[in-house]
Formats: sequence, structure tokens, C-alpha cells
Amino acid sequence: MTAIDIGLPGLTGVPTTDEKQTARDYKSDQEVRWCPGCGDYIVLNTMQSFLPSLGLKRENIVFVSGIGCSSRFPYYMNTYGMHSIHGRAPAIATGLAVARPDLSVWVVTGDGDALSIGGNHLIHTLRRNVNLKILLFNNRIYGLTKGQYSPTSEPGKVTKSTPIGSVDHPFNPVSLALGAEASFVGRALDSDKAGLTSVLRQAAEHRGSALVEIYQNCPIFNDGAFDVLKDADEAQRRIIHVVDGEPIRFGREGEYCVIREGFGLAVAKSADVDASDIVVHDASDLNLSFALSRLSTQDLTHTVTGVFRRADRATYDDGVRAQVDDAKAAKAADLSKLLHGKDTWTVVG
Amino acid sequence: MSTETRKLDRVVIRFAGDSGDGMQLTGDRFTSEAAAFGNDLATQPNFPAEIRAPQGTLPGVSSFQLHFADYDILTPGDRPDVLVAMNPAALKANVVDLPDGGILIVNTDEFSKRNLTKVGYDSNPLEDDSLERFQVHKVAMATLTIGALEETGLGKKDAERAKNMFALGLLSWMYHRPTEGTERFLREKFAKKPDIAEANVLAFRAGFYYGETTEAFAVTYEVAPAKLNVGTYRQITGNTATAYGIVAAAQLSKLPVVLGTYPITPASDILHELSKHKNFDITTVQAEDEIAGIGIALGASYGGAIGVTSTSGPGIALKSETIGLGVMTELPLLVIDVQRGGPSTGLPTKTEQADLLQAMFGRNGESPVPIVAPQSPSDCFDAVVDATRIALKYRTPVLFLSDGAIANGSEPWMIPDVETLPDLTVEFATDPENFQPYSRDPETLARPWAVPGTPGLQHRIGGLEKQDITGNISYDPENHDKMVRLRQAKIDGIEVPDVVVDDPDGNAKVLVVGWGSSYGPIGAAARRVRKLGLPVAHAHLRHLNPFPKNLGDVLKSYEKVIVPEMNLGQLALLLRAKYLVDAVSYTKVQGLPFKAEELQDVLADVIKGVSA
Repeated sequence: MTAIDIGLPGLTGVPTTDEKQTARDYKSDQEVRWCPGCGDYIVLNTMQSFLPSLGLKRENIVFVSGIGCSSRFPYYMNTYGMHSIHGRAPAIATGLAVARPDLSVWVVTGDGDALSIGGNHLIHTLRRNVNLKILLFNNRIYGLTKGQYSPTSEPGKVTKSTPIGSVDHPFNPVSLALGAEASFVGRALDSDKAGLTSVLRQAAEHRGSALVEIYQNCPIFNDGAFDVLKDADEAQRRIIHVVDGEPIRFGREGEYCVIREGFGLAVAKSADVDASDIVVHDASDLNLSFALSRLSTQDLTHTVTGVFRRADRATYDDGVRAQVDDAKAAKAADLSKLLHGKDTWTVVG
Repeated sequence: MSTETRKLDRVVIRFAGDSGDGMQLTGDRFTSEAAAFGNDLATQPNFPAEIRAPQGTLPGVSSFQLHFADYDILTPGDRPDVLVAMNPAALKANVVDLPDGGILIVNTDEFSKRNLTKVGYDSNPLEDDSLERFQVHKVAMATLTIGALEETGLGKKDAERAKNMFALGLLSWMYHRPTEGTERFLREKFAKKPDIAEANVLAFRAGFYYGETTEAFAVTYEVAPAKLNVGTYRQITGNTATAYGIVAAAQLSKLPVVLGTYPITPASDILHELSKHKNFDITTVQAEDEIAGIGIALGASYGGAIGVTSTSGPGIALKSETIGLGVMTELPLLVIDVQRGGPSTGLPTKTEQADLLQAMFGRNGESPVPIVAPQSPSDCFDAVVDATRIALKYRTPVLFLSDGAIANGSEPWMIPDVETLPDLTVEFATDPENFQPYSRDPETLARPWAVPGTPGLQHRIGGLEKQDITGNISYDPENHDKMVRLRQAKIDGIEVPDVVVDDPDGNAKVLVVGWGSSYGPIGAAARRVRKLGLPVAHAHLRHLNPFPKNLGDVLKSYEKVIVPEMNLGQLALLLRAKYLVDAVSYTKVQGLPFKAEELQDVLADVIKGVSA
């Protein structure tokens, strides 16, 4: 059963509206204050264009962010929003999602916010499978603090805090999320509006935590980090876009493909392999999703985009609400009885 | 020989044994017997931080002290009148507290050479003269228990484990306690293991009959029921009363509760208790860490629930930044700190009240929060209801400072009529007309609680400084100054009841001021010095921020103010700073509550000094 058949499970309980919405409805009255040329603008515009298509009541959408450039995002959305503290957005959003099944809750975070200071909350939120959507803007640098290396910066990166090069090993955010048992993981490029919209839509439809990594350019402190993926020719050779149920081929004419190799996957020329050896993407297969995540390399020789994993798994917030609902149905809330307990004695005058 | 019965007005008994010996259960049962009999009582468990320290060692000693009386008492007692020692370690660790002439009941079976050596006894204290100043009763409790259970077919090891019930039976006989409740309790507790239930009942009876039939005990004691106020009572610990107060607050406000928390001693029992009461619309989330715990609570508050987080001092340190976010976003949030010995990991199972200044000032920037502290186990209920009132009404994080002594100690609680509890209902903002997220109620200075899902009130909040009224981001110097002062004024203006001074004769020149769990020892010490003809007034503060409005006048109307605290003078520092009063600090940080006896001496000296 696809997500569509069961009516967007990720949004079950969130009230919809028949009123026609446009991107303009989602723009707040605040002046957007990112640097000129920042990838965040494109993501913001994409989100504002995409949300009307869900047909949700605007007041039932909440954006929660942490700290960093991308975390200013909620101010620019004409929805409810909280710009919280560094790394803690997933925790705050968890409390909100647990308390309010009628909200569509989105977390906006960056590579420093989500993977460094907030790493613990990120992995545990994904493990619990709380019904919220996490947009991880990965620009591989600390922008707001003016240019230190981040947990996704490449080794050797020269920054203000690493004048002779970083000796840190970076995270692969998709591998990390899959290792944390995430039920939905996707990746898109800031500049690819259609690809990003498609991943966002699938994330919204998914019930449970969805992590969407967005490669986002920081024009000031890490300009061009993803340029090789934005050059039309280079992109053909490097970007492996995966679609659930389809053979994984890429290149202008599909001249490259993904095949199994040992315990993992490898890239091959389609002409060199039997068509039956080309791996068919199955987003419910965790091992395959993980192997796909390992095809993406820090140097961007190959980058997988699309939805790596989408699997049905019980969500934490639905689970705790069910326990509360069952308890309420089973036992009246009799405060006096609770306070009395089993053993009382009475003093008479 | 017939047994003599003496009447006493009060008795303190301490059960001490290895942490696997079931001393907490034994103490709990004796407490229930005393409660059922109608005595007033107060208890204090004392157990090691290690779950099972090596058997028979000093670090593994667990004890439970119970004070019961025929009048209203305030503390679990300074020193035991009766010490039950189940092994040499328990004897060694506790005998120093037993006054001369005290009753010492010893389980002789554990006094092997090996066990004696383990705790550093060169010779057996039961055989030398080191215990001659006590009334020593040597009882082979394990042997007698095994003998009593011989016919049950239970293995020796299982039979021996019931020796704590033998001890309980013996003490129950000595103090003329009712026994039906304990037998019923044992049958219920071990309902799934009827043979174990029966063994425990038999051991309990064997202890009782042992007292009755042997001639070893010449005297038994009676403590008559206390004349308490008319009402229905139960026994309650501070952590349970705190949890019940939160349940009550949910009912009184008609709001759901979301507890976001992380296990930590001595606060975990609040989580355990609340997790049982989901039928009251209470959700408990055991988070991945302390920070997530409070984040979840704040997120839930943002969504219109009562967000609660519970922890101890080290957890507060981790939660500080989120408390600050609660101050900035002006959302209701209940933060419970069950204080323990610090700094750092400190003394996890021991009590202390050294987090006051952390609660008051432990955040970046000017970040005022109200502080509420309960004064006894049962007082946690009312205090936490009041803390929630403040959080909801003023839209602010509230720090609730309980401590280890209150959390685990128990006392009788007159169960309130729920109809008399305060109304805590609040209104969410709903009107989009002229809605401004940081407009303020002219009386409380609280901003509107506009929860997501409300049409037309979409707005953004966060940790960046807010523009007055609109809530937009603002870096304007004048605005920041104004907002800092507004946030402070809101907290300063919180309505709290005046402090009530206990000065029965009305002629005291010395005022003793306390807060939190020192209420019992200070109150008991004040009574004692008054009996000596030395007048003293006692004021105990539940509200530490803001202070009661009459506090300054109260302080200034006495010649001398003394402030006993289980820290190095944190309240004294605040009082001196705010009221320019020459408050004298008396401090102790041993991880243990004050003794009424020591405070009696301290107060008497101060009073004499003033009179002279």
C-alpha cells in the first residue's frame, strides 16, 4: 500500500482546508536576512511553494529550529514557529508532537546544530520515530559563527579554527540517520527545486521521523562546496538519483548503473553488466539503503539523491498517546480516590 | 516472670542491615503499623548509592529510621532509642548514634570472624565490654527464622531471607503494634508466591512469639495514638506527594501534563509514580538526556500542556539553557529539583539544600524564575500545586526545590477534600483582533498563551531578544533594557502569601528563618528552647523568589535573625543582600538533616546572647 492509498499517513489528524493557498500565504512579514546568494533562500522558496499543495490549515503547521543560519527559517514562514536553542530543536519538537497530534511539525537544522551539539537528540528522535520532519541544511561549515569547520567538513579543511587543516573525520549524515534506525531518509540539493519538492512531499506523507539532508551552499564561508553537482555535465556522472522500485541508473543516457559488490554496492557502466544485475531500489530494505548511503563520498565523486529509505514502523508519539487513551478509557480520573490510596485511617473528634 | 509495660510519649527506632536485608521494607511496615495505630510519625530512609555494595561491608549498610509519638512530631528523630543491627557492618555504622542506655537488638548470626574482620572489628563487640552502656539483646534471628520455617520445606537460603520479618515481629511485640495489616500486606505482596508469603508471615509471627515467650525482654512499651486534627490520613513520601500534586494540577487546570525527564537519584520516583496515572491525561517521556527532558516539557508547554521536568542538581545544570529559553519565550514550565549533595555527582542518595543559588542565578543573562520549596514530605502536594499555579498564571518556568530528605521521608498526610483545591484554569489566546504575542496582562504582566492550531494567531517565538509587544526580533538597546526589566518585574510581582511567623508567646527577640526540609528540625528545636523558657520566633519560607511581601518587615522586627541551612549560607546571602539585615548563618553540609538537638543548642546560645 502506498502512502497515497492510506491518505497521507504522516498528516493524519492534521486539519485540512478547502481554501486555496499560495506560496505568498506562507511568507511572513519579516524581512529575510540571509546573505545574498545563500542556498537557504531557495529552500525557503521551495518550502513556501510546496506547502500549499498539502492543503493543511496554516495554523496547524509549526516550524521548530535550533541555532545557526538555517535556524532563522521559522521567522520567515507564516505559520507557528519556534527558534529555540542550539541543537535542541528535535527535543522541543518531540514534546510538541507528543502533545499535539493535530500539528504538522517540521524541524529546521544545520550540520553543526543537528550533528554536533544536537547529535544526541537527532539520533534518539530518529530511533523513536516521532512524527516530525527534519530538514538538515548541510553546508559543511559553521556560518553564523563565521567560518569554522563542521562535522561534515572534509578532512584537511582550512578554516579559521583549523589554519593548517582539519584532522576531524566527517559524518555521512544519511549513514548516521540509517544507523539510528530512521524510518525515512532522503537527500536533495538546494538548487534542485523539483527533486527537493519530491523528497519533501514524500517526507510529509510519511508517518514517523523523516530526515531530509539538503546540500546547501554557503556563499560566504564555503562557497562552491557542491558546485560539481550543479554543473550539468558533472552532475550526470556524479548524481545517482534513486526512485523506489526502479533500477538504479544514471548519466545522460542511463549509461551508469549500480550493482552489488561484496557486501555493498558499486557503480558500473550499464553497457558492461547484465540488465538483471542492476540493483532495483527498495526503500524498505535497510541494508540496501545503507549501502546506497555509502556510495556517496565526501569528495562528491558520487552523490545519491532521492529517498533512501521509507519504511513503516510504529511511531513514538502515536504509541504514548495510545497508552494514555487506553488508560483513560479503562479508568476514570478520580482524583480523590487516587489521593486516598489503599491505606487510610481516620481521626475523629 | 511477667513483662512490665511502660508508657512512652515517643520512640525512635532504626532498622539497619545490609542493603539486601530488606531494611526499607521492614521500616515501611513498622511505619504502616504505627500509622494504623494512630501515632504521629516521621521517617527517614538512608541507603547507599550503590545498588548492592559488597555484602556485609560498611558501604552496603542500609537503614530506616522511624519516629512515632502520641503528639504531633516534626522530624524523624535525631537519634534512635532502639537500634536493630542485622550484621556487624550495620552495628558499626550506626551504634555511634545510639545514646547511652539505648536498646540494641543484634542479629548474632552474622557476627562471624570473617564478617567482623570485614568491617574492622578486632574483637567481637558482642563478647567484649564495648557495648556495655547499652541494653543489648542478642538474638540469633537467622537461626530462629530458619527453625520457624523448617516445616515449610523452604530451602535454608530462602528461609533465612525472611529474618527481617522476624525482626519486625519482635519489635511489633515490644511496642504493642497491630499485626493484621502486616500479615495482610505480606499475603498481597507475595500473592504470586504463596509459599514465600506464608514463610514471611511465619517469620513475622515467630519474632512476635519470641518476644512474648522468652524472658529476655523484661519491658514492653506503649505509645498511645496522637491527637491529630480530625480528618482522613494516609502516609506519604515527598516524591509521591509531588507526583500527586502534579496530577491534581492537571485536574485543576483541565490541562494535560507532559513530563519530560531523565532518570536521576533521588527524583526518579516522581517519574515512576506519574507513569502510573496516564488516565489523568498524563504523558511521561523518558528522554535521552536531561536537556531533552526539559526540551520535551517546553515543547509540550508551547503546545498548551503543562510541561514538567524532574531532576536533581546535576540535571538542573544541564537544563539551564532551556530554562532560559522558557524565560525568554515566557511559557509555563514546572522544573522539579530534588536536591542532593553536590557539587558534581556529589552524594546522590544524601540530602542537601545547596541548589538555591543555582535555581536563583544559574543561567546566563538576567533570567529570573520563581522558586518554591516544600517544607515536608506531605507539603510537597500543596507546594507543587502552587508552583504550577504560578507557572500557568505568569507563563514562566518555576523552580521547585525539594530535597532528598523530603523526597524519601514520609509522614501522615491529612488528605485534602479535592473540592477545596484551587482553580488553576487559564485561558488560551483565541482572538486574532489586534493579537500581539508579547502584549501583557496589565496585572500579571503575563503574555498571551497562543498555542499552535489557533487560527489567525500564527507567530514566531524564540530565544533571541523580543521587541516589546510584537515579539519580533529586536537588537535595539532601549528595547533590551525594557524587556530585561519587564521580565524581572513580572517575577517580582508574583502574588505569594505573606510569611507566617510562629511565635506563640509573641515576645521573642530572635527569629530563626529556614526554608525547605529544615522545617522539622528547626520547628522541633524552637519548641525545645521555648520549653526552656527561651522565646524564639520561627519563619519558614516556601516562596524564595519572590520573597513574601512582609518578609522585610518581619526580619527587621527582631533583634537577631539566624538562618540554619544545609549549605554554606545561601538563603542568608539573599536575605542580607535584599534586606540589609545582619542575618547569622548556621550551616551544616553532611548530607544529613539537622538534628533538633544541635539546633536547640544553637538557638539557645543565640537567644542567651541577645538577652545578656
